[in-house]
Amino acid sequence: MKVESIFLLFLGVFFTGIGIWYWFWGYEQGGTMLLVGTATLGFLPGLYYFFWHRRFHGHKYFFWGKVHAPGDRPSDRDDAEMAEGAGNIDSFPSSSIWPFVLGMGAFLTVLALVFGAWLMFLGIPLILTALTGVTAESRRGGAV
Amino acid sequence: MTDVIEPTATQLDVQPRGPDGHEPHGAHEDHGPTGILKWLTSTDHKVIGLSYMITSIVIFYLSGIMAMFLRLQLASPHSSLLSFSQYNSLFTMHGALMLYLFAGPFAFGGLANYIVPLQVGAPDMAFPRLNALSYWLYLTGSITMLMGFFVAGGAAQFGWVFYAPLSSATYSPGAGPDVFLMGIALTGFSAIFTGVNLCGTIFYLRAPGMTMFRMPIFTWNMLVTAILILIAFPVLTAAVVMLFCDRHFGTHIYTAVGCHFVNGLPMHSCGSPLLFQNLFWFFGHPEVYILALPFFGIVTEILPVFSRRPVFGYKGMVFATMAIAALSTGVWAHHMFTTGAVLLPFFSFLSLLIAVPTGIKFFNWIGTMWHGQLSFKTPMLFSLGFLFAFLMGGVTGIMLASPPIDFFTHDTYFVVAHFHQVLFGTAVFAGFAGVYYWYPKMFGRMLRDGLGKAHFWLTFIGFWITFTPQYIVGLLGMPRRVASYPSNLGWQSYNIVSTVGAFMIASGFAVLLYNFYISWRKPIPAGDNPWDGHTLEWFTTSPPPHHNYTHLPPIRSERPTWDYNHPEHLTLPHGRGAHTNGHNGKNGKNGKGGNGKKAEVGV
Amino acid sequence: MALGAVLLTGCQLPTFGAFRGNTSQGQSAFHLWQGFFIAGLVVGGFVFVLILYVVLRYRRRSDDIPRQSQYHTVTEIIYTVLPILTVIGLFIATVIVENEVTAVEPHPYTEVHVFAFQWGWEFQYDNGVRVIGQTTSAPTLVVPSNQTVRVYLRSYDVLHGFYVPQFNFSRYASPGYWTSFDMNVLDTGVYRGQCTQLCGLYHSLMFFNVRAVPSGQYQTWLRTTRAFQLAHPNSIGQLPAGVHANINGSAPSYSGNSGNTGNTGGALPGD
Repeated sequence: MKVESIFLLFLGVFFTGIGIWYWFWGYEQGGTMLLVGTATLGFLPGLYYFFWHRRFHGHKYFFWGKVHAPGDRPSDRDDAEMAEGAGNIDSFPSSSIWPFVLGMGAFLTVLALVFGAWLMFLGIPLILTALTGVTAESRRGGAV
Repeated sequence: MTDVIEPTATQLDVQPRGPDGHEPHGAHEDHGPTGILKWLTSTDHKVIGLSYMITSIVIFYLSGIMAMFLRLQLASPHSSLLSFSQYNSLFTMHGALMLYLFAGPFAFGGLANYIVPLQVGAPDMAFPRLNALSYWLYLTGSITMLMGFFVAGGAAQFGWVFYAPLSSATYSPGAGPDVFLMGIALTGFSAIFTGVNLCGTIFYLRAPGMTMFRMPIFTWNMLVTAILILIAFPVLTAAVVMLFCDRHFGTHIYTAVGCHFVNGLPMHSCGSPLLFQNLFWFFGHPEVYILALPFFGIVTEILPVFSRRPVFGYKGMVFATMAIAALSTGVWAHHMFTTGAVLLPFFSFLSLLIAVPTGIKFFNWIGTMWHGQLSFKTPMLFSLGFLFAFLMGGVTGIMLASPPIDFFTHDTYFVVAHFHQVLFGTAVFAGFAGVYYWYPKMFGRMLRDGLGKAHFWLTFIGFWITFTPQYIVGLLGMPRRVASYPSNLGWQSYNIVSTVGAFMIASGFAVLLYNFYISWRKPIPAGDNPWDGHTLEWFTTSPPPHHNYTHLPPIRSERPTWDYNHPEHLTLPHGRGAHTNGHNGKNGKNGKGGNGKKAEVGV
Repeated sequence: MALGAVLLTGCQLPTFGAFRGNTSQGQSAFHLWQGFFIAGLVVGGFVFVLILYVVLRYRRRSDDIPRQSQYHTVTEIIYTVLPILTVIGLFIATVIVENEVTAVEPHPYTEVHVFAFQWGWEFQYDNGVRVIGQTTSAPTLVVPSNQTVRVYLRSYDVLHGFYVPQFNFSRYASPGYWTSFDMNVLDTGVYRGQCTQLCGLYHSLMFFNVRAVPSGQYQTWLRTTRAFQLAHPNSIGQLPAGVHANINGSAPSYSGNSGNTGNTGGALPGD
């Protein structure tokens, strides 16, 4: 996870720098806020991956001791063998009607903003049905 | 004697499981419904990717037809072909379709969706149902935007950038602008979800041994694009929502109405058209790099394969892509130089600086081809077309990055020619290079190379004929977004030439349609790896099976398939602790084998 | 450095398609354009030749697998550092010219307030003269040549662009804030102008002219036009119905960016 964390933290640091430079040169509020937001977007997952990486590589608790290091994932190791990736990878839901239903619900709801609130009576129920269906589907691990 | 890398059969176990571990009914043996139900319910990234690509290419042709009308109108100074309002709607929708509905979705929704999981060795994208939702939001968003042509008052007429206050309810009333904005909102969420999906897939689902610095450059570019999407699209959505509130809920976020002025300047609590521009371009500039980076990635896939060489300067490519993305987020106000209200040197400096990583990429592309054995099949021709087109487009971009030059080229046909050169170079040349390159993988059959070459040459020559006169006429003072122009300034001849070029491009795309058709009527089987491709997707069948891989080769570099097929020319891996590429065997012609760090593989 | 060389040989260089510029600011911009164009030719030409060379030289001749070199550190460093240096050079040239083009004098010879609206222009002079014109009845902005003219630019409704191609200059006219710039027109003559920012249905027809006359003639014109307009108020022309000249607050006497106070010599009509 090291490369990912460095990449995202780089974005965070870079935009912090640019944001500071921009603010003190131009005093423009809108752009500065956007740059601060972007820096946050880099720091949030970046710090998460950074601490993940530390956990997996072992680190001292401040200056002493050593925490058990499980080691990198197979996808992060140069010498990993294919066999290490055998077994259940993840849950990949197969065919599901609910994204389509949710999409149509969102479509009708959005059109309601333009053409009249009555469309919401079609759109919102579709959205709610889809959300319920997706949740039930996830519980059962497959097509409902 | 060369050591052979034996394939390790890794049966990928991807049954969906519920939290209590048991398997669902019926999802084991068959692979889902067929027919129309398959297209409605599939969560397979290949089906979704194809849906995206087909929809976006249809939109591309639609928008191209709109462009033909624009060019026909401009062929004479006071043409009566289109009314002013029709013309304004057509250029608005042409821009919106191409930028919001074709270039982006084709790249990250279509090609990336299909190819990235294959290239990292994953069975699917990280969030398959979210992926499907992205497509349906994209389709419904596109339909919403196109509805504009059928509502009272016609489609939106305020340009694809819909600046306030022109886009406010006072100056653009009616449902056309509203459906335009709602279409952007829907497709914006579609893009955001795809960005999340791409990050998830690339961070979490890589196959064993596929470290970050062994990913193909296309996947790297898609990762950077995904991050840019997450940076840019929420800002656009916010800007659109606020504009919608201004239009319908009586807010004055962008309009300076009822302001209190001191010394001619509005107090800070005032609404401001400048705010819209800042928000829009904070999205808008990363957006054009969201559009460009995937296509850079495609070219970086094709050039090595058709030169039979590895990517030159792999790490340089990765860092250059990151630098482009980072810088592109800091240059938004170079679209606002002529407002008189932005910090000119800051944006000018960062904009000029983007030339450096882009130049690095160019030199790496050239380095990839250097000493190669180049074969000029259609994908390679289109990639070379991209190189030439983007070169000139990029150079004129550098000119535009300088405010004094921007002052007299902004909003003229000079800018129109510039962005068409870069966007055409990327989305069209590189995009269709990708189509020709990956079509055999997706469908198991080849597109005709002769027809492809005809398509290329018609498009390439037509491209130069169309856009070079536009630079000239822009420097002569012709503004953009005009339905008519004075007849006594000598602009007509350039416009006529440009229109002729547009027809040439159109004929090239007609050839492509025929190529698609004939590949179905009289298919030529492709096999697994018709181009001797390097990356992982060429290891599996064409088209790939359900969940992509039944076997995977060992991954010891960014070219696992090449290493498997050409074990005497192993690729040096990157990253720390670069081990030997599997063995202590020979390293081909390039000197000693053994420790990869020491081998001389320079020029 | 490049700019200096260009300036020295400026007369002999081709224009590369741009106008030479009939204002002092426009001429600076023109020379910058020439410098950038040459830089673009050199860099673009070099890369173009490289690509062409590669394409011709390394065509596939056999099925042999070519050398699989993946990096060459020295070359990579060179083509990173050289572009950075070039960019810095271009930036320095840009800043120099930019400061010339956007410079505002403390005491300009005359000031004009330019208002844009859908779909025409209004010019207001210090002594109260108003010139209004719409679409193809293009109004003419009369200015003295060889003097510093301060233009204050604003819009009554949506964004417009004040663009005079032969001055190599444009600026947005925006509602909600004033923007200002200086023009030093060098030669007398008539220069065409046009709106350059999409502003609605008749954006393509929003023309105007700039007419530069010697400063004595300019003063005469100001006086006589003012007298004529006072005597014949109907000759001024009307703003279109629905355009509200709702500008309140006086324009600053310095560039709108700095927000300084200043005395503009009285309220504007419509305040």
